Amino acid sequence: MSTSRWLKTAALGAVAGFAALSGTPNAAAQVTVRAVMHSDLKILDPIWTTAYIQRNYGYMVYDTLFATDADGQVKPQMIEHYEVSPDQLSYTMTLRDGLLWHDGKPVTAEDCVASIKRWGAKDTMGQKLLTFVKDMPVVNARTFRIVLSSPTGLVLAGLGKPSSNTPFMMPKRVAETSPSEQISDTTGSGPFVFKRDEWKPGDKAVFVKFDKYKPRAEPPSGLAGGKVVKVDRVEWKVVADQQTAMNALFAGEVDYIEQPQHDLLPLMKADKNVKLVDVNPLGNQYALRFNTTAKPFDNPKIRQAVLYALNQEDFLKATIGDPQYYKVCKAMFVCGAPLASTKGMDGLLESNFAKSKALLKEAGYDDTPIVLLHSTDLQVLTNLAPVAKSLLEKGGFKVDMQSMDWQSVVARRAKKDPPSQGGWNAMITSWVSADILNPVSTAFLNASCDKAPFGWPCDAELERLRDQFARETDPAKQKAIAEAVQLRWTQYPTHVFLGQWYQPSAVRKNINGIIVAPVPVFWNMTKSGA
Amino acid sequence: MFAYIGRRLLATIPVMAVVAVFVFMMLRLTSGDPAAIIAGNAATAQDILDIRQKLGLDQPIVTQFFIWLGHVLTGDFGESFFYKKQVADIIADRAGPTLALAACTLGISVLVAVPLGVIAAYRRGTWLDRLVMGFSVLGFSVPVFVIGYALIYVFAIKLNWLPVQGYQPLADGIGGFFARLILPSVTLSVIYIALIARITRTSVIEVLGEDYIRTARAKGLSSRVVLMRHALRNAAVPIVTVIGIGVALLIGGVVVTESVFSIPGLGRLTVDAVLARDYPTVQAVILLFSLAYVLINLLVDVTYTLLDPRIRY
Repeated sequence: MSTSRWLKTAALGAVAGFAALSGTPNAAAQVTVRAVMHSDLKILDPIWTTAYIQRNYGYMVYDTLFATDADGQVKPQMIEHYEVSPDQLSYTMTLRDGLLWHDGKPVTAEDCVASIKRWGAKDTMGQKLLTFVKDMPVVNARTFRIVLSSPTGLVLAGLGKPSSNTPFMMPKRVAETSPSEQISDTTGSGPFVFKRDEWKPGDKAVFVKFDKYKPRAEPPSGLAGGKVVKVDRVEWKVVADQQTAMNALFAGEVDYIEQPQHDLLPLMKADKNVKLVDVNPLGNQYALRFNTTAKPFDNPKIRQAVLYALNQEDFLKATIGDPQYYKVCKAMFVCGAPLASTKGMDGLLESNFAKSKALLKEAGYDDTPIVLLHSTDLQVLTNLAPVAKSLLEKGGFKVDMQSMDWQSVVARRAKKDPPSQGGWNAMITSWVSADILNPVSTAFLNASCDKAPFGWPCDAELERLRDQFARETDPAKQKAIAEAVQLRWTQYPTHVFLGQWYQPSAVRKNINGIIVAPVPVFWNMTKSGA
Repeated sequence: MFAYIGRRLLATIPVMAVVAVFVFMMLRLTSGDPAAIIAGNAATAQDILDIRQKLGLDQPIVTQFFIWLGHVLTGDFGESFFYKKQVADIIADRAGPTLALAACTLGISVLVAVPLGVIAAYRRGTWLDRLVMGFSVLGFSVPVFVIGYALIYVFAIKLNWLPVQGYQPLADGIGGFFARLILPSVTLSVIYIALIARITRTSVIEVLGEDYIRTARAKGLSSRVVLMRHALRNAAVPIVTVIGIGVALLIGGVVVTESVFSIPGLGRLTVDAVLARDYPTVQAVILLFSLAYVLINLLVDVTYTLLDPRIRY
C-alpha cells in the first residue's frame, strides 16, 4: 500500500471509529433542555439563603400554597380552596387531593404548617406575617388553619410571594430543620425531581420530570396555574464565560441562556437560530444603599442631598446602554406594578447639583469622604459606582471610591466599623422587581435599626407605616399607605432607586412555551425537533 | 537512590506545613466573609452571625487553624461551606477533567515541540529555524483565550467539526472524550510547544558543538543517528526540566482554558472557591497543588539519573 493510500485509509478508519465511539446518547429518546443559568447551584436550600439561583431551584423542586399570576394576582396553587372568617382572623386552607412528595408520600397539612414556620423565621415578609399569627392548628390531613391575632393582608400576599424567600412547601421532617441550618434532603412536591446523584457543582444540575405531579387544570399564568412539564429533563449547565455560553447557544449545545450580557445581545439577535425573550416584564431595579449608622449619612438631610445629586438615566446608560432594556422610573414600588406612584418625587433624581450643594451646606457637611464600595467583577454592577462618584462630586460630596470584587463588597457591607477603618458609607446593588413590590417585602425599607439589613436605618415612622400596610387588607388603602411610605422615604431616605432595567433571555428558536414570570421556570416549555 | 527519595519525601512535610499555615492565614486575612455571601441581600446582622457560628468562623483564628489541621492530619479536608459536600469528593470530581486536559496537552506539546526544536537546531540559521522560532515567539505572545476563541470560531462554529465546550468523562465514550479535549488541549499546548521547542533547540545546539558529536560524525554515523542517539539524549536534561515545570503549571494553571471551554476542572474550582471564600475548598486545593509541585520536582530529579548516568544523588 502506498503512503498516500495508507494515510487515506487510516483517516477514514479514524473518522469511522470516532463516530462509532462518540458515546451514543442514550437520552436520544428524551427531550432535554440545556440551560445556562446566571450562577452555579451551590446550595440546596431556598429558605436558608435569598440568592436567586436557589429560588429558581426552589421553583423546580418545590411547590407553593399560592402563587402570583401574570397580572400580579395571588391565586391558589397547592390549595384547593380556602375560607376566610367574617372577622378576617381565621384562614382555613385545604390542600388539593393527590399531591405527592417525590418519595411518593402524600403532602399533608402538617408538612405545610412546618414549612410556613421555617419560611416565616427567615423571610422579611414571613417574619412580619408571623407576628400576626396566633396559631396554625391542623384540622385534618389536608386542612389547616391560620389563626390571626389581628387582620392582615399579608396572609395571601406572603404565601403567594413570588421571589426570595419564597414559601416553598417541604416535608415536615425537612421543614423542622433549624432555619439557620442548611437542609440536605431535596424531597419536594414540585414539577421536577432534583437528580442529586447527577449534580456536579461547577458543572451541572439535573432535573427530571416528576411523573406523579398533579398540575392544576387552569392554564399557566405567571407563577400560577397548571405547571405542565413538557420535557423529560432539564440540565442547568455551568458556563462561566459568557462568550462561550453564546457560542454554545449558536452551536446548539445549549438551548437557553438565562441572563446573557447586554453587550452580546446584538450578536444573538442577528443569529437565525436564536431569539431573545423578555420573561420578566417588571425587570430589575438598581439601588444605592446608605449606611445610616456612619457619618455623614447618619444625617437624613445629607442623604436627601444625594436624592438631588443623582439621576437614573446616567446609571442606566452606563451599564445597560440600549434604551430598549431600561426605563427611568421614579416609582419606588416599580413602574407597571400595582403600587407604582411618583408621589413626592418632583425635583428628585434630576441631578440638581445646586440644590444638593445647598442641602449639604444647610446640613453642615464637613467634607467627610463618602466611602463608596465599587464592585468590579459583575458586569451589571461594575459601571454604576463610577457614575455615582462623578454625580456625587458634582453635587458637592467628596467621594472615596474603593474597588473590590463583589464578594468583598458583600463582606464589607455587613461591617458597622467606621468607614475609615474598614466600614462603608454607600454601595450599589440590584433587586429583582418582584422583591420590592410593596413596603413590607422591600428589605431596604426595613427601618428597624439593628434588625434591619445592612445599612441599618432606624425610623419609627417608617416602621409604623409598614406595620399599617401589613394590617391593611383593602388594596386601595394599601396603595395610599404605600404612597405615604414613599413620602416618608423622601424625608428619611434608606436607599436610592436608580432605575429599572430588563434582562431578556436568549433561547434557540425551537424552544417555545416559555412562561413570562419574574422567575425563570421550565414547565410548559417545549423543544421541537429534539 | 532510595535513601535520597526517602529524604526528599520527608522534606515535603515541613514544606507542606509552611504551605498550610500560609494558605490558612492568607485566606483569613483577605477581605471577604463567606457567611455574608451565603446570607444574601436581605440578611440581618443576626442572620450573618448565625451562619458564622454554624461554619465555625466565630472561633479565634488559632483555634480554627488547629481544628482544621487536626482534621487534615486524619485525611479529612472538611466540608465545603457552600456545596455541603466533602471537599475530597469535590476535588476527586474535578481532578479528572484537569488531569485529562493536562495529559492531552502534554502529549501534544512533547510530540510537536521536541521534533520542532531538534529540526530548528539541526537547520540552524535557515528559514526553517526562523519559522520555528517565529512560531515560538507567537506562541508566547498570543493570550490563551484569543487562541481558544479563534479555534472555537473556526472548528466549532464555522466548520461544526468539534463541540464548543464541555467535558465528557472517558467512561461515557472515548469519541466524545477526545472530541471535547482536542480544542482546549491544542489551545493550551501552543504556549508549551513554544517553550519546549525553544529549550530543545538551545540545548541541542549546545550539544551539537561538543567533541563527542564530532567524534560520532567522524566515525561515519548518519546524521539521524547522531542527532537522535547522541545529541538529543545528552540535551534531554534541560528539556525534561521544562516539561516537569510544564506539568506542574498545567495542573494548577489551566483556569483560563477551563473557563473558555467550560471544563469543570480544578482551575475553575479554585477560582470559584476563592471568589466565594470557600475556605475549606481553597485550602485543600492549594495543599494538593503544592504537593503536586513537590512530587513532580522529585520525579524530574529522579529522571535525570536515567538520562545521564553521571548524575548521582
